[in-house]
Amino acid sequence: MGGRIVNTRINGDARTLLIDDRESLLDVLRDQAALTGTKEGCNNGNCGACSVILDGRLVNACLVMAAEVEGAEVTTVEGLERGPQELHPLQQAFLEEAALQCGICTPGFLVAAKALLDEHPDPSEHEVRFWLAGNLCRCTGYDKIIRAVLSAAETMRGA
Amino acid sequence: MIKSNAGRYRVVGTRPVRPDGVDKVTGRAIYGSDVRQQQTLHGAVLRSPHAHATIKSIDASKALALDGVHAVITAADFPDDEGRIVPTLRGPLPLRWQLDRLMASSKALYRGQPVAALCATDRHVAEEALALIAVEYEVLPAVISGIDAEAPDAPILLDGGAADSIRGLFEPVDGRPSNIARRIEMSLGDIAAGFAEADLVIEREFETAAAHQGYIEPHNATAFWNHDGQLTVWTSTQGAFGVRSQLSEVLGIPVSRIRVIPTEIGGGFGGKLSIYLEPLAALLSRSAGRPVQMAMSRTEVFEASGPVGATRSRVKIGAKRDGTLVAAELHLAYEAGAYPGAPVAGGARCALTPYAIPNQHIEGYDVVVNKPKVAAYRAPGAAQGAFGVDSVIDEIARALEIDPIELRIQNAAGDGSQRSDGATHGVIGNLDVMQAVRESDHYRSELEGEHRGRGIAMGFWQNGGGESSAYATVNPDGTVSLTTGSVDIGGQRASLAMQFAETMAIPYEDVKSLVADTDSIGFTGNTGGSRTTFATGLAVYHAALDLQRQLESRAASIWETDDEWVSYDDDGVVRGPNGKHFSFKELAQRLPSTGGMLQGRANTVPNAVGGSVGPAFAAHIVDVEVDTETGKVEVLRYTAIQDVGTAIHPSYVEGQIQGGAVQGIGIALSEEFLYDADGRMTNASFLDYRMPTTVDVPMIDVMLVEVPNPGHPYGVRGVGEVPIVPPLAAISNAIHDAIGIRMRRLPASPTAILDELLPDEDQD
Repeated sequence: MGGRIVNTRINGDARTLLIDDRESLLDVLRDQAALTGTKEGCNNGNCGACSVILDGRLVNACLVMAAEVEGAEVTTVEGLERGPQELHPLQQAFLEEAALQCGICTPGFLVAAKALLDEHPDPSEHEVRFWLAGNLCRCTGYDKIIRAVLSAAETMRGA
Repeated sequence: MIKSNAGRYRVVGTRPVRPDGVDKVTGRAIYGSDVRQQQTLHGAVLRSPHAHATIKSIDASKALALDGVHAVITAADFPDDEGRIVPTLRGPLPLRWQLDRLMASSKALYRGQPVAALCATDRHVAEEALALIAVEYEVLPAVISGIDAEAPDAPILLDGGAADSIRGLFEPVDGRPSNIARRIEMSLGDIAAGFAEADLVIEREFETAAAHQGYIEPHNATAFWNHDGQLTVWTSTQGAFGVRSQLSEVLGIPVSRIRVIPTEIGGGFGGKLSIYLEPLAALLSRSAGRPVQMAMSRTEVFEASGPVGATRSRVKIGAKRDGTLVAAELHLAYEAGAYPGAPVAGGARCALTPYAIPNQHIEGYDVVVNKPKVAAYRAPGAAQGAFGVDSVIDEIARALEIDPIELRIQNAAGDGSQRSDGATHGVIGNLDVMQAVRESDHYRSELEGEHRGRGIAMGFWQNGGGESSAYATVNPDGTVSLTTGSVDIGGQRASLAMQFAETMAIPYEDVKSLVADTDSIGFTGNTGGSRTTFATGLAVYHAALDLQRQLESRAASIWETDDEWVSYDDDGVVRGPNGKHFSFKELAQRLPSTGGMLQGRANTVPNAVGGSVGPAFAAHIVDVEVDTETGKVEVLRYTAIQDVGTAIHPSYVEGQIQGGAVQGIGIALSEEFLYDADGRMTNASFLDYRMPTTVDVPMIDVMLVEVPNPGHPYGVRGVGEVPIVPPLAAISNAIHDAIGIRMRRLPASPTAILDELLPDEDQD
């Protein structure tokens, strides 16, 4: 199989990646770009652990071929922080609400929730649940995750 | 009043941010598949496509010849078992079977069983190479259900000499070899006399489907077999020491040559206690001379790791007209998968335990079938056993026109009651939990609307103890580095640091909580059995007391007095004669110049009280609505009530309970392994194996009851497991309340509900 060069922007940084045509965006994020915060849970788009934002759209990185991100902007969990020593309100809310246990699904939930709040700053519980239905968590039963997202939304509206 | 320890302690009972939290919300935490070593090769496993087949030959020469392939291994690369017997979670088994589970030697006993493995420069080359390995099979008839396995003419999975040396294993049935690996029996009182006293006897049969723990992180392993014979393994495991001992057994090398470094772990629920990929990565690394990393795909996780198997039970309970339960008989048959080890004892010990029933007889069967070997799953076996019992008790309550919680309160086991396994309860919160149901807003509320119903059920789990170690090293700035061997699967770094801070009367923020590898900490049991906050918490407590004694001694030497005149007081101040005193911080700062730094150490094994170390009871209340058009059951409201002893970090305690309840909801409503006649799992993906999503469950309300465990300095009981026990019966009882139908086979999927509602109609 052939390789190719892909120019993309990941979390604000311009990156030139040499990829194998068979690789998914998830593969190159984890292996070439050394961004292992994006997790593989199923590799077929059913768990959301690899959620990233691609040109403003929430996607599963396992379902995007790496070659497709030429010229695109990708945001991963590593790109959520507001600045040096400043967490995103969602990250802060997940800590304070104990919205993670093992933490493997957490990056995906955070990215998906950011995509939600970017579009809908004042979601209802039902909207949060609907938006996050593509992300599986096996530890929490979702209760504290939903509360954390609602809490972060409130914080962000007040900011 | 609901018993509570709120406000009793300074740190215990508060809700600080967990020490590993920032790394886990920023993506920096390193899980098993995030480990990066130089020159790492990627491993992949060739698995049996057949549920039951003899392996005639394996030819890997073409795979080895492919550019980029560095090594191939088969069962022949493992050392000989020499007829040895090894301990497992469910009793001793021949090492031969443990080796065969990891890589089949002569026979494949389930689809997905490893047959060969290889490593290559990248995963694509590895996958290409797998297709070049030629395996010749002779396919045998597969045994796909426990009922088939028990048939007199069933194919026998495990015969021959391996089992003969272990008493009670695969004893012949009617003189013939059988697939029943073990039979257990428990009795209390006189069962015949008990039923003779009963005015009402109800006997029913129940089934549950196989269900997976469903951790989001697949199994993984990274191994490097160094040129000096030292093996290092990085893996997502619930117990690094358990991995070390299992590797030692199957690789035939001493534990001193194995270092297991536990990474962060993406869920386990019992499923990450057994080794799967670790020995394969190790042997590949030995052959290739380079580190080897492996991870399962999700399909491999479903087909080749261990779920809880399907179960069948028959429950017969007798009651007097006034509601007194007088006799109970259970017959439990649990599928083990291809090798013995079904958690039937968990069902047998736990199912009746919330109730004081004087006459009991329980039989349990561990049945092998051509499916992956089961693994522990949260309170192993207990949920499936309790399902039948709490369903029949609900029927008895209705038949006698007694409120279901009042019937349970009337028959509640209490302190000193005898358990099914013959042990006597110590201090338990069973009745407190039942009374909390009666007092709860949920139970007192009216439920209105068509096809809506409410159910309740109880759950019990004995919880684990076992060995743990803790080291507490004082730093010269007055903080402490607290090291344990307990993998942090859901906030244990926090709960351990909190207990240490409480004992030392220092701020939580001054305790840095760390998890060490097998060469850096004393032996510590698994993060499992709801034991970590309890048992490693006990080790942390004793490490703190050890440190206090050393600090007293140091202060005495500084003050030139005897140790006996110095005390570490419970406000964290070291006091000596004539009003002399040091705060912890002041004394820590003096340590470097007065003899050196100090380290508190402890290695502890908790004592069992009343047959278990921290028994826990739970009651769940659920309201459902059944859509009689589609068969879908919606969970409208859910309340989980549990005696947690003392909640160290209430948020993580609630989280355990909420997560356990939702796993139970999944078993009750949507999760099941589906097999075709050839033993192929037909729904081996997260698309078709339906775990609850955000839209399938409501908020899970939690009521913590705190009846302190006398076996722990802060009263901790195990928390994590019991919440998966009540949901099955609670939901089934609620469905009956809603539409008058008893769902005695779970999951109560839409199809299953429609089968009951429309029994004679063609649903195509």
